Amino acid sequence: MDKMKTLRETGLMFRRSMQHTLRNPIWVFLNLFQPLLYLFLFMPLLKSLGGVPGLPAGKTVQVFIPGLLVMLALFGSAFVGFGLVDEIRTGVIERFLVTPAHRSAILLGRLLKDVVVLLVQCLLITVCALPFGLGVNLGGFLISLLLYALIAIAMASMSYAFALLFKSEDTLASTLNTIALPVSLLSGIMLPLALAPLWLRDLARVNPFSYGVNASRALFAGNIHNGDVIKGFIIVILLAGITFWSAIRSLRKMAA
Amino acid sequence: MSNSIIVTKNLRKTFITKAKGKKQSVEAVKGINLEIGKGEIFGFLGPNGAGKSTTQKMLATLLLPSAGEARVNGYDLSTQQQDIRRCIGYVSQSGGTDSLSTGLENLVLQAQLYGLDGVTAAKRAEEFIDRFQMTSFAERRALSYSGGQRRRLDLALGMIHHPDVLLLDEPTVGLDPQSRAYLWREIRHLRDEGITVLLTTHYLDEADKLCDTVAIIDNGEIVAAGTPSQLKDDIGADSLVFGFASEQTAQQAQALLVDRAPAENTQVEDHLLRLRLSRGEQALPALLRLLDTQHLPVLSISLAKPSLDDVFLKHTGRSLREDQAHG
Ligand SMILES: Nc1ncnc2c1ncn2[C@@H]1O[C@H](COP(=O)(O)OP(=O)(O)OP(=O)(O)O)[C@@H](O)[C@H]1O
Ligand SMILES: [Mg+2]
Repeated sequence: MDKMKTLRETGLMFRRSMQHTLRNPIWVFLNLFQPLLYLFLFMPLLKSLGGVPGLPAGKTVQVFIPGLLVMLALFGSAFVGFGLVDEIRTGVIERFLVTPAHRSAILLGRLLKDVVVLLVQCLLITVCALPFGLGVNLGGFLISLLLYALIAIAMASMSYAFALLFKSEDTLASTLNTIALPVSLLSGIMLPLALAPLWLRDLARVNPFSYGVNASRALFAGNIHNGDVIKGFIIVILLAGITFWSAIRSLRKMAA
Repeated sequence: MSNSIIVTKNLRKTFITKAKGKKQSVEAVKGINLEIGKGEIFGFLGPNGAGKSTTQKMLATLLLPSAGEARVNGYDLSTQQQDIRRCIGYVSQSGGTDSLSTGLENLVLQAQLYGLDGVTAAKRAEEFIDRFQMTSFAERRALSYSGGQRRRLDLALGMIHHPDVLLLDEPTVGLDPQSRAYLWREIRHLRDEGITVLLTTHYLDEADKLCDTVAIIDNGEIVAAGTPSQLKDDIGADSLVFGFASEQTAQQAQALLVDRAPAENTQVEDHLLRLRLSRGEQALPALLRLLDTQHLPVLSISLAKPSLDDVFLKHTGRSLREDQAHG
């Protein structure tokens, strides 16, 4: 009964967020702009590197695209908190908090929209990369979409948690930038970490998203029953759980 | 009272803020006791920062009280928040419209969040669009609304689920005279249906003409409460204001009249001398003659029956009108 109520409210909130996005689809494509630039202007640079550790000759696209999709999941979701700050400021969130709607529905509806937007973007990038010789293992690809969805949930929840904590665009922007840049540099998104000196590889080990990148590459190669995949999923699920829980906590605290 | 629908006992809110690394506490609400009957229009009248919004936010389950207890519609504020949410409607001072959605979408979603199914919600939304005369703009995004149009949407959002208790924080700010008159009629109509309305206002006439009971609140405390006529009767005196050429003259006149006039209370504000006395119209000629003989020329005169402003003045030593004039 209570679950059905929360589910219905999540659906209502999702519809509202989706309407906002569809009314302003330009954002969906602006987010795509950067990954596409990487695809067309950066990936060709890697071609001549083929043969170095972690980048087998002729297969650079196979290594690069799974990383790029993780980057899209990270960065596309990292800044969703700005929309929330705006709605906190204009009193929309407060109005929802006065209704009997379940607290988690307010966040889940938004997260669901973030995931849908991301999956559409991932499909577009993958299709654009096919002419470059990207080989896609269908089963692995579908599972990798689940992985990206979880990464997006973790990143978006973190963004929402900070938004609820700071309630200010400026603080949110600097915090997110401070986190997002090292996280992406230390995850082997652009180039495999096999190229990195040992100390850098050790540093990357504490970055949960580097496991996501490894899992993503394994899945694209069709290695579904791979230790990297399991490790990647466990870590990303844990992260998503922790960040979602802290976002909900901040939302409850807002009414205190 | 057994049919009280809102009861608070010693309700308090102290905000702890950090300024320049030092902890500061703001006592926004200092122990408020309320008993509001079912179907009553209850008004909080007070200046900026008095604690009106803070009190309402606590009753709306948006702020945790620092101390004290409250019951809304029989439900305990500290343990039965979800039950309270189901039976109240709240319109905050700054509103809460989703500006990226249309007015219609705002209303339908709000009704659905209170459990109405899609069809009923859509019908209800149409009904409110009609009642609040929003037809011409309801299908536009709220982004483009004028201040008053947005306020009307805020109010409709707070009422769409037919709450038993309605909390309205400065509902008429920004409304044109017609919309304001309409809202007053609507609020009285709700009262007649047994709905309890707790509103806040800085407008004296709103408190006086619309509210059944008024609580005057200042600095987080209720300084006087009662029906508007009770409150004014307590003053018992008329307010007489003489205008002089300068503050100095006004002070001279005050010194003169303190001994000689039957005034209960005199006060100088700028070049104005304010006196409170009973039967002002009879006392006036003698006072004028007296001032004339002392060569203190009076430039203007106003005589008014007691207003809620006088009640406020009596209890706080300040005028609410002045507060308003200075923003
Ligand atoms: N979140 C907060 N943190 C710290 N102080 C606060 C907070 N909210 C309100 N206050 C302070 O509490 C006091 C009461 O504020 P409140 O908003 O209740 O006043 P009000 O009577 O509604 O005034 P107005 O007529 O201006 O709306 C003010 O001094 C205000 O600065
Ligand atoms: Mg206020």
